Amino acid sequence: MRYLPKSPAEREQMLAAIGAKSIDELFSEIPERFRLRQALSLPGPLSETEIIAYFKDRAAENSVGYTSFVGGGVYNHLRSVVTDAILQRGEFLTSYTPYQAEIAQGTLQAIFEFQTLMCQLTGQEIANASMYDGSTATTEAVLMAERLTGRHRVLVARSVHPEYRQVLRTYAKNSGLQVEEIPYVAAVGTVDTAALKAAIKADVAAVVVQSPNYFGAIEPVAALAGEVQASGALLVVAVAEAVSLGLIRPPAEADIVAMEAQSLGLPPSYGGPFAGVIASREKFVRQMPGRLAGQTTDGDGRRGFVLTLATREQHIRREKATSNICTNQALCALAATVHMCLLGKEGLREIAHQNFSKAQFALAELEKIPGVKRAFSAPFFNEFTIELPRSVRIVNAHLVREKIIGPLAIGADYPELTKRGLVCVTETAPRTEIERFVAALRRALEQPV
Amino acid sequence: MTERIKKASRHTNQSEGLIFEKCSPGKRAFELPPLDVPLAEPAKALGALHRSGGVEGFPEVSEIEVIRHFTRLSTWNYAIDLGMYPLGSCTMKYNPRVNEFVARLDGIATEHPCQPQELSQGCLKIMRQLEKCLLEITGMEAITLQPAAGAQGELTGLLLIRAYLEKKGNPRKKVLIPDSAHGTNPATAVIAGYEVENIKSESHGQIDVEKLREIVTEDVAALMITNPSTLGIFEERIGEIAGLLHAKGALLYMDGANMNALAGVTRPGDLGVDVMHLNLHKTFSTPHGGGGPGAGPVATKRFLEPFLPVPVLVERPDGKLALESQRKDSIGKVRAFAGNFGVLVRALAYILAYGPGIRQATEDAVLNANYIRKHLEGVYDLPYSLPSMHEVVFSDSIQKKNGVNTMDIAKRLIDYGFHPYTTAFPLIVPGALMIEPTESESKEECDLFIDAMRAIAEEAATNPEIVKTAPHTTRVGRLDEVTAARKPILRWKSASRTEAAD
Repeated sequence: MRYLPKSPAEREQMLAAIGAKSIDELFSEIPERFRLRQALSLPGPLSETEIIAYFKDRAAENSVGYTSFVGGGVYNHLRSVVTDAILQRGEFLTSYTPYQAEIAQGTLQAIFEFQTLMCQLTGQEIANASMYDGSTATTEAVLMAERLTGRHRVLVARSVHPEYRQVLRTYAKNSGLQVEEIPYVAAVGTVDTAALKAAIKADVAAVVVQSPNYFGAIEPVAALAGEVQASGALLVVAVAEAVSLGLIRPPAEADIVAMEAQSLGLPPSYGGPFAGVIASREKFVRQMPGRLAGQTTDGDGRRGFVLTLATREQHIRREKATSNICTNQALCALAATVHMCLLGKEGLREIAHQNFSKAQFALAELEKIPGVKRAFSAPFFNEFTIELPRSVRIVNAHLVREKIIGPLAIGADYPELTKRGLVCVTETAPRTEIERFVAALRRALEQPV
Repeated sequence: MTERIKKASRHTNQSEGLIFEKCSPGKRAFELPPLDVPLAEPAKALGALHRSGGVEGFPEVSEIEVIRHFTRLSTWNYAIDLGMYPLGSCTMKYNPRVNEFVARLDGIATEHPCQPQELSQGCLKIMRQLEKCLLEITGMEAITLQPAAGAQGELTGLLLIRAYLEKKGNPRKKVLIPDSAHGTNPATAVIAGYEVENIKSESHGQIDVEKLREIVTEDVAALMITNPSTLGIFEERIGEIAGLLHAKGALLYMDGANMNALAGVTRPGDLGVDVMHLNLHKTFSTPHGGGGPGAGPVATKRFLEPFLPVPVLVERPDGKLALESQRKDSIGKVRAFAGNFGVLVRALAYILAYGPGIRQATEDAVLNANYIRKHLEGVYDLPYSLPSMHEVVFSDSIQKKNGVNTMDIAKRLIDYGFHPYTTAFPLIVPGALMIEPTESESKEECDLFIDAMRAIAEEAATNPEIVKTAPHTTRVGRLDEVTAARKPILRWKSASRTEAAD
């Protein structure tokens, strides 16, 4: 086997050195009745060539050749080939969590840079080294708020990603945390501030909004902050489309920002691996979940970096830890770091502008189709909700025949929003494809029912 | 002594500051195709929501500077690609490069989790094939690939247990955890709403079955067991342990972190385990990447299947695969979408490369650990003498007499060209040296490691100072962790101004 660096003779020599007659002897602690006596029934062994062929066959059964206008929490953006070239350096790819700082300075400095970039992007003071994804980051942000306030009720805007809310409910169920949902304003698409105001009581630990929210609408974060904080609750802002922060005011007024960094250099990859992150205020650092890299010096005064404040973490605190997270998404965070360095200040601004311009263009073209309307009036970034004169599912069935993956139906999560769909347009969509999409949608609506 | 350092020699590496210290306005590393639609005016549409000046402090550098920056940083890391990485319980094995290649294919990396399932059959087939393989390897009956890492797998497993017991009328109060367990176990039990009761190991490092019999009551939901334990020892009485839990209506959870000792040799499902997680970034070779990503699939017995997280992968009558989101007894979702798919792809590629031959990997891993044990026994103290499986745990008690502890030995190992083993864990061994070589090491690499460990033991006796002040060859010496924690500096700030929100 090509991955195993031993000849049969070497195995024999090693067994002899140990003083064992056979390899079986080394497994003598496993009671006989539990020992497998037949080979596992697994496909393979396959050569490298066959492995590649297997996965290419699977790839061909997916959506290659289709143009997609789906976002909904995962965004297609341009990625430089440089990012993967760096990620595939074995020194990054095949290293462990940097507990041995002297031989992990590369990873540690990169995490420190990631933390800095995340602070700059979100307008927050500190950021951690990564969480699993945006959904768990949002959940952990709520748990952090619960610890900070000692309160056990959380108000979540219904305009937050449905899957993020589902994850929060899973974690909340057994921890004594009560989750309540706050409606959105039907015509606007942003959180209903009057309903929110009425629901905020002295027992509320956190208010959670997402911006841009699941409908693509930008929430009035700054305006919400005062109200929330006056009650002693913390404002948690989830960001699922990080590129929006190149053009939209950061949620600096929030107490905790829970972000999904996928759109900063990570491919959609059918849902993961991505990189969540939590950013917050410096004074809250001791309740932060996850790893943190910090700057320090060695005995000769040289700058270096270490994992720090580990007394928050499970390997030290066990049942009293701030979270059970151990393995995080380090390599994905590195991808985001390299990608952000490549984009730079100007590149991020330009990409954000292009997303904004293309989405505006697409909406204007779509609105020319009879019966197609913008569903919500709130400003948006690169994703918006449209209302169609017939079922999104039927329309999409037509679009697929023209090799277009169309609006994301949201009626299953919002029963009041049937015939509504999310349309996402990023810098990756050429004008000709947007026009083809609009023309195909027009044809789909002209088809007899 | 330096002539004894065979694996490593000094070489020059480049100095490099923070990326923020190289910035100059106007430099850039990425250019976009020109905008082909009319430029929209954000100030008008967004008003006060507009961030007009871009992100303050963001890098302004060229492409070559980005390449050099990260390449220089990379050279400061140790890696599996450079040599043995004997971290116990971490299973730092070779990460095959074909896995990286296939995970990046068009049609794999490019697929969107919300695209129609008819256009995702390739992704779903990959997941189905991996599910089948993992069930065969573990001997379990149902599985979810959703958890993002081992700790999340543990949480998923405990929530399954809770949901099952709740449905039977009583979720119960306690989860039992041996004192040798990973820290994630107790941290997870708390999130699942359970009290933790730590149980002491008996004198051979095994679970004390007689003691266990006394403490398993109707209040106990489950025992979380790591098998082989973190001492690298197989729980010989596991069948009995499962039996006595089941007799009281409690379940057996297995932490699969050490599955690299078992694959192809025995199956947790046959041992009486009810639910377990696997760490694909350990046993199944997906890269650790400096701390993640991982994936922590959870495999269960049939009776726990109704409670699995949604979506559940099902086969439709027409033979097509589908993700089913409506399940009345499901615990819900533990993360968005269906899992760390890219990690799942890599794990399947690994399994396909071995097929049934995965047993050979297990045998080689156990052979390496025992070979190292044989050559270091006596040189280092072996506190528990039961046979080792894939890892061996020594203590520093011999070297302690000269004031040298496990951390010192670990740091000195760096000078010899190796990554340290796991230090100070498991907690039941004071001054532990926890060594897991994995199957990826040749006899030659094992011999070099043994030589290095023997040389360090000699140094500890004759010249302890050189060990206590190690490492001597790295870019930085031991770092001041106390100041780092007391006065945390967690981000770079420009000297001229602090960034506020713009």
